[in-house]
Amino acid sequence: MTAGPAAGPQQTAGETTAQSPAVWAGNLKKRYRRRIAVDGVSFIVRRGEVVGLLGPNGAGKTTVIKMLLGLVRPDAGETMLLGRPAVDPRARARVGYLPELFRYQPWLTAQEVLTLHARLAGVPADRDVLEAVGLADRAGDRVGGFSKGMQQRLGLAVALAARPELVVLDEPTSALDPIGRADVRDLLLALRQRNVAVLLNSHLIGEVERVCDRVVILDRGKVAASGTLAELLGGRQLRLHLDGVGPEAAARLGAEAARDGEWWTIALPDDVPTLVSDLVSLGVRVSAVEPGRVSLEDRLLTILREAR
Amino acid sequence: MTTVFTVAALTLREAARRRVLRSLAVLTVLLLALSAWGFSRIDAEFGGLTSGESRLVAALVLNLVMFGLSLIAALGTAFLAGPTLAGETESGIALAVLARPVRRRSVLLGKWLGLVVFGSGFVAVAGSAQLMITWVTTGYWPPAPLTGLALLAAQAIALLTLGLLLSTAVSPMASGIVAVGLFGATWIAGVIGGFGGALGNDSIRRIGTVAHALLPTDGLWRGAMHAFQDPTLIAGFSEAFKGHPFLSATPLSGVYLVWSGVWVVIMLSMAVAAFQHKDL
Ligand SMILES: Nc1ncnc2c1ncn2[C@@H]1O[C@H](COP(=O)(O)OP(=O)(O)OP(=O)(O)O)[C@@H](O)[C@H]1O
Ligand SMILES: [Mg+2]
Repeated sequence: MTAGPAAGPQQTAGETTAQSPAVWAGNLKKRYRRRIAVDGVSFIVRRGEVVGLLGPNGAGKTTVIKMLLGLVRPDAGETMLLGRPAVDPRARARVGYLPELFRYQPWLTAQEVLTLHARLAGVPADRDVLEAVGLADRAGDRVGGFSKGMQQRLGLAVALAARPELVVLDEPTSALDPIGRADVRDLLLALRQRNVAVLLNSHLIGEVERVCDRVVILDRGKVAASGTLAELLGGRQLRLHLDGVGPEAAARLGAEAARDGEWWTIALPDDVPTLVSDLVSLGVRVSAVEPGRVSLEDRLLTILREAR
Repeated sequence: MTTVFTVAALTLREAARRRVLRSLAVLTVLLLALSAWGFSRIDAEFGGLTSGESRLVAALVLNLVMFGLSLIAALGTAFLAGPTLAGETESGIALAVLARPVRRRSVLLGKWLGLVVFGSGFVAVAGSAQLMITWVTTGYWPPAPLTGLALLAAQAIALLTLGLLLSTAVSPMASGIVAVGLFGATWIAGVIGGFGGALGNDSIRRIGTVAHALLPTDGLWRGAMHAFQDPTLIAGFSEAFKGHPFLSATPLSGVYLVWSGVWVVIMLSMAVAAFQHKDL
């Protein structure tokens, strides 16, 4: 219990308790021969929370996910899923998973795949999930004849099939068309509404930014940064569209002010109205004032560059 | 337990829907048709099966055809065992399945059970058809048909268990090929050992004994042959039985049957152990 987050495995409840986090990962490590893939990763996904797992290729995201699900054996570290230690298969009873490499029995129909997974999970098959991923009219067709995007949609349906309380999606939109991506976004928001926790690994940062409450950024097997979007991006900037900025006005804006044509970006001052009235009295025409925000993409790049 | 049965049912469905089954069916029908023609020829040539010699030929040909059937069963299940395990871990199908609240052991046992049912079912159907054909064409009915078919099924089970173990370590195709190769090698070793016995050469005979212990397919096959032969033949033609690849002078010992069972359990446990720790 050195590097683990606060809520530890000591709260091992026999039953899946509502207050235990959906995922608790403590100090996970994995080495493939000489190559260290994951090097002491710890994080939490709370109930009903959508967490994005970001990082460059080879950062160890998929390996972390596979360790959570018992598909890869960690060299060290512990995992709890929905309040149970992950070494117990029952911990996965309410977990849905879409693998990065999604393939389903080609000799089964879509509906049969779902029935199989429901049976393995010990719940009655949910008839609506194929509809939710837009495959309702292909339910009776063999999976072997599906296009790649359709297989990924089926994978999403499989992940949602067994009334999950935690859904783990490894690049769920890698093969989807723009409409499919929008569908996934809606699905994720619907899951959050139903208080289903989601761990989402995606390279489409805009997607992550729109749906995630928190992000964990991995780099070379380690957590490079993590936190809520507000914490990572900060709301601490102000953008102003200004006309006729003289030396005095420029001084009022501060030495740190960044200028891009008529747009000025400054650190968020304590008193915005006073700043605006000061600028106006200095003869500046103020045509727009808006909170500035670093995009997650810029922030991610900065974090990864700093880490190097 | 539900996992085991669910996966067993899935494996059976896979066997039924893959091309393997169709190829098996075609091969089997060909072999059965060929044997029907062969038996009717024997009957015509010898003018009924009254003479001991014609009975010997009938027993020999029946064993030959049964050997063909057992070969088809062995090939079929060995080439099903590989794809169903190694193929699924390779393609990623196993990822979604094993992320369910299931133990890997149960999934593996389920696959094994499905293959066992498939292999035994094939032996039962094709074997009975062959016995019926022999009976209709020549009037010959073996002394212990059920024992014979059970031993043929056991032979297929031994080979598919080996195939399953191999497929935890190597690629799907390689596991099928290696399993069938070993099957053939044991058969040859068994034949060589039989000659050793006929020549009274102990060190050559030991080759067969060792091979029979390492992989019980050929030992079980020889037991099955014995169950299909007319017992009076052995007394009448003891010379012909010596070292003959398609005639067997002795029934299986109980010890050997027990060893075969133990062997299957060991192979299966090794497969479970290998599969349990595999990173997917
Ligand atoms: N089966 C394996 N055998 C050997 N090395 C592996 C294996 N799986 C992953 N690795 C190594 O572990 C590291 C992390 O891989 P991982 O698949 O977790 O990356 P990732 O963050 O998911 O990348 P991507 O964004 O490309 O999917 C890589 O260096 C990779 O080479
Ligand atoms: Mg990945």
